[in-house]
Amino acid sequence: MLVYIAKRIVYTLPIMFGVSLVCFMLVHLAPGDPLVSVLPPDASESLKQQMMAMYGFDRPYAEQFFKWLMRALEGDLGTSIRTNRPVVLEVAKAVANTLMLAAIATTIGFVLGTLFGFVAGYHRDTWIDKLASAISVFGVSVPHYWLGMLLVIVFAANLGWLPPTGAGPGGSDAWEWDWVHIRHLILPAITMSVIPMGIIARTVRALVAEILSQEFIAGLRAKGLSEFGVFRHVVKNAAPTALAVMGIQLGYLLGGSILIETVFAWPGTGLLLNDAIFQRDLPLLQGTILVLAMFFVVLNLAVDVLQTALDPRVQRS
Amino acid sequence: MLSAEEIDNWNGGTPPAPAKLPPALLEVSGLVKHFPLKGGLFGRGQGVVRAVDGVDFTVYTGETLGIVGESGCGKSTTARLVMQLIRPDDGRIVFDGVDVGGPKLPLKGYRAQVQMVFQDSYASLNPRMTIEESIAFGPTVHGVSQSEAVARARALLDRVGLAPQRFAGRYPHELSGGQRQRVNIARALALKPRVLILDEAVSALDKSVEAQVLNLLLDLKDEYGLTYVFISHDLEVVRYMSDRVMVMYLGKVAEIGPTEQLYRASRHPYTTALLGSLLSMDPDRRTTEAPLAGDPPNPINPPPGCRFHTRCRSAEALCSEKVPGPTRIDGEAPHYAACHMADRTSGHSRAPARSPV
Amino acid sequence: MLFAPADVKVPAVPIERSPGYWSTVWRRFSRDPVAMAALAVIVLLILVAIFAPYLAPADPYRGMTLRRLRPPGTEGYPLGTDELGRDMLSRLMYGARLSLFMGVTPVFLALFIGAAIGITAGYVGGWVNTILMRTMDVFFAFPSVLLAIALSGALGAGIVNGLISLTVVFIPPIARVAESVTTSIRTRDYVEAARASGASALLIIRKHVLGNVLGPIFVYAMSLIAVSMILASGLSFLGLGVKPPEPEWGLMLNTLRTAMYTQPLLCALPGVMIFITSISFNLLTDGLRSAMDIKA
Repeated sequence: MLVYIAKRIVYTLPIMFGVSLVCFMLVHLAPGDPLVSVLPPDASESLKQQMMAMYGFDRPYAEQFFKWLMRALEGDLGTSIRTNRPVVLEVAKAVANTLMLAAIATTIGFVLGTLFGFVAGYHRDTWIDKLASAISVFGVSVPHYWLGMLLVIVFAANLGWLPPTGAGPGGSDAWEWDWVHIRHLILPAITMSVIPMGIIARTVRALVAEILSQEFIAGLRAKGLSEFGVFRHVVKNAAPTALAVMGIQLGYLLGGSILIETVFAWPGTGLLLNDAIFQRDLPLLQGTILVLAMFFVVLNLAVDVLQTALDPRVQRS
Repeated sequence: MLSAEEIDNWNGGTPPAPAKLPPALLEVSGLVKHFPLKGGLFGRGQGVVRAVDGVDFTVYTGETLGIVGESGCGKSTTARLVMQLIRPDDGRIVFDGVDVGGPKLPLKGYRAQVQMVFQDSYASLNPRMTIEESIAFGPTVHGVSQSEAVARARALLDRVGLAPQRFAGRYPHELSGGQRQRVNIARALALKPRVLILDEAVSALDKSVEAQVLNLLLDLKDEYGLTYVFISHDLEVVRYMSDRVMVMYLGKVAEIGPTEQLYRASRHPYTTALLGSLLSMDPDRRTTEAPLAGDPPNPINPPPGCRFHTRCRSAEALCSEKVPGPTRIDGEAPHYAACHMADRTSGHSRAPARSPV
Repeated sequence: MLFAPADVKVPAVPIERSPGYWSTVWRRFSRDPVAMAALAVIVLLILVAIFAPYLAPADPYRGMTLRRLRPPGTEGYPLGTDELGRDMLSRLMYGARLSLFMGVTPVFLALFIGAAIGITAGYVGGWVNTILMRTMDVFFAFPSVLLAIALSGALGAGIVNGLISLTVVFIPPIARVAESVTTSIRTRDYVEAARASGASALLIIRKHVLGNVLGPIFVYAMSLIAVSMILASGLSFLGLGVKPPEPEWGLMLNTLRTAMYTQPLLCALPGVMIFITSISFNLLTDGLRSAMDIKA
């Protein structure tokens, strides 16, 4: 088992390298001047050269890449051109915010999704199934940013129950787990949970239906096991895949939060990404993408290992 | 000279003229195939599965050579090696006197002359192609025109007992297992081969259907002058179909010889044990003791010396040291056994005494 | 010794033909009311997109600022006007063109490229497979939204750039599915039998592998269209992708956000269209998948 984990980690290393390479190339694909946000338009040529040298933009790409990579491994992702603060700090703060939101959203999505999925799988082809399936198709098909807007319109604009945007008074720096702050979480979390809910519901429904149709279930019932006991067996069999899907969804939410955060002005990685793109803040952009992608890779690895640990059918050697 | 009894009991095929053998059609020597194991940190280096580890045999024109053995002994791998569907690690195949794969007999030409019928009748047919399309595919590869290939397909369907007007336009999932195997046979014959390798071709069929297909095979063999290699784990079926039988154990040939001689007077303890596992219909002759104990050893780490010595009742120290080569057993037709007990020169206590020269 | 099939007389009775695979699929599909309804909606949308110039009551680019942000039901403007006074109904109709285009095209391009990569990797195997699939894995290691946005952000806004980034996002998953399906088919007995008849690799791929492989790959690609539509609109919503004044549903959602408090209904309309299209494609794909699941 440990050998397997070690193998998977070793296997992931070239992927991580490839990811950082793609990160770097993506950002440097961008046409346009990397320093356009700091330099006044009438800056002299020598000033430009100085700034370029200071940021290291005048070196050949390969050198820039390896320098950046080396520093990144030490924890230094450079300095944001716009705010002049270390990228790591900006990203860390944003990641914390998004992680909070994404974790809650994934939990909601998982709970509701498994609920709907189990109900649908147990009552296959009845109206209950159709209803639950309809809800999950809805979850997968709705443009979540639009849903966010709708929820804001209904709950904030019309009913005034919940705040439309932001992370509470004092911004994200002064977060407390009290109602004043949590009410800011509710709408974005619910909006975010819709897609994972849909996907998990679908997956669980298919899993449950397939497990229930297997012969060993008939065997369990035949020997007199209570329905609850059978249910526990179903859960045990469905758990590895369901948890794996949940993990992946968490990863997607982390990386793809930008749309919802734009709607709700939530100060997370998505908004950070947005700013970095439109301000052409290269170090920040590079750092943010790298961190998010790495999160996803590590998450995938964790999910893989979890599945192997839980599912005895997967080969360990 | 074959006795009257032996001629009476001869099953199928053209009996060779006494004291003269038909020409060898397929000569296989030194066939080796090791499959590397996946494992360890880099996916290799964990050892090899010695699926086929030095196999020699000859198939004579017009005969049926049966191949038997337990699961994992290497019979299917041998078949695929002969068909060149897998590349052998070592060994030579000579077809009709010409080296296969050499300049005089490139693979494509060889493929037209040796064809195979697989065990899984459903998986052997492309679910998206109609029956006649599947059969006609082979000939078109070798330059036959589409219309002629289709005509040949329909004629063959008729010959194997499936009315073309009902079956030619159907899809595999609409046919039963027995019907599909007939289609597979027709498909193999479409290329007008000289040798047909049947790899457990009837094992998956119901007994009644199996009998029909076996009889069909015998008819086709006579009508088209074919040579068969018949692989099966069913000893009685092999006895019914074959002129000569080859017994394989753990990637090597244990014994090979004429069917009746082998079944009645086997010279390798494994063959004896295998045949001993056949149950008799006579209630007075019940089997009380299992002839063969234990499971076959691991093909990754075969026992040293004779592979069978760990399960052999007559094993001696010699058997774990020296690999027995094939010893010719006296008789008209070629009969070899790879056992020290048959070899006068081996030094085994049960070996026949050296006759005075 | 060798037989002559010409000797065998085959009765001159016409051959019965079974319905082919796709006609069976269609028959099953047409019996599914939900799937057929979804198909009808999509066909309708496509028709609206194609015939927008004839169907739209007004010019989608011309607006009168005096008449901005009128609610639906205003006289002359059945669905109201947007923030620049342009007729919403016309904008939505014309928007169908771009939105459908941006949603469907990347998937089809990715299908082409991804299937080629995956089938090659799956059939050839060995180190070719390893190199191709590991490269795909690197891109697959990014969450799709992130990759799309990063690429768009890097390349800049615009339709072509948006298409490129979305295509790149969808190539890896399609290649993966293609590779896995091809690998499983490659080991089937009928492919071995085809090899045993001496056919070349290209012929085998063409005649035996493709027919069995394209179906599942195609269905998988279809399931991506809904995602692509949402993603494409999302890009425009963020300001990447389609640029104003082009009518596109995602972009319209963005520009109408300012009216969220004053004219909420107006603001929600483009999203409704995205939702309807997306859900129709999803239901269509579900129906197709069930219809193709033939267990004879």
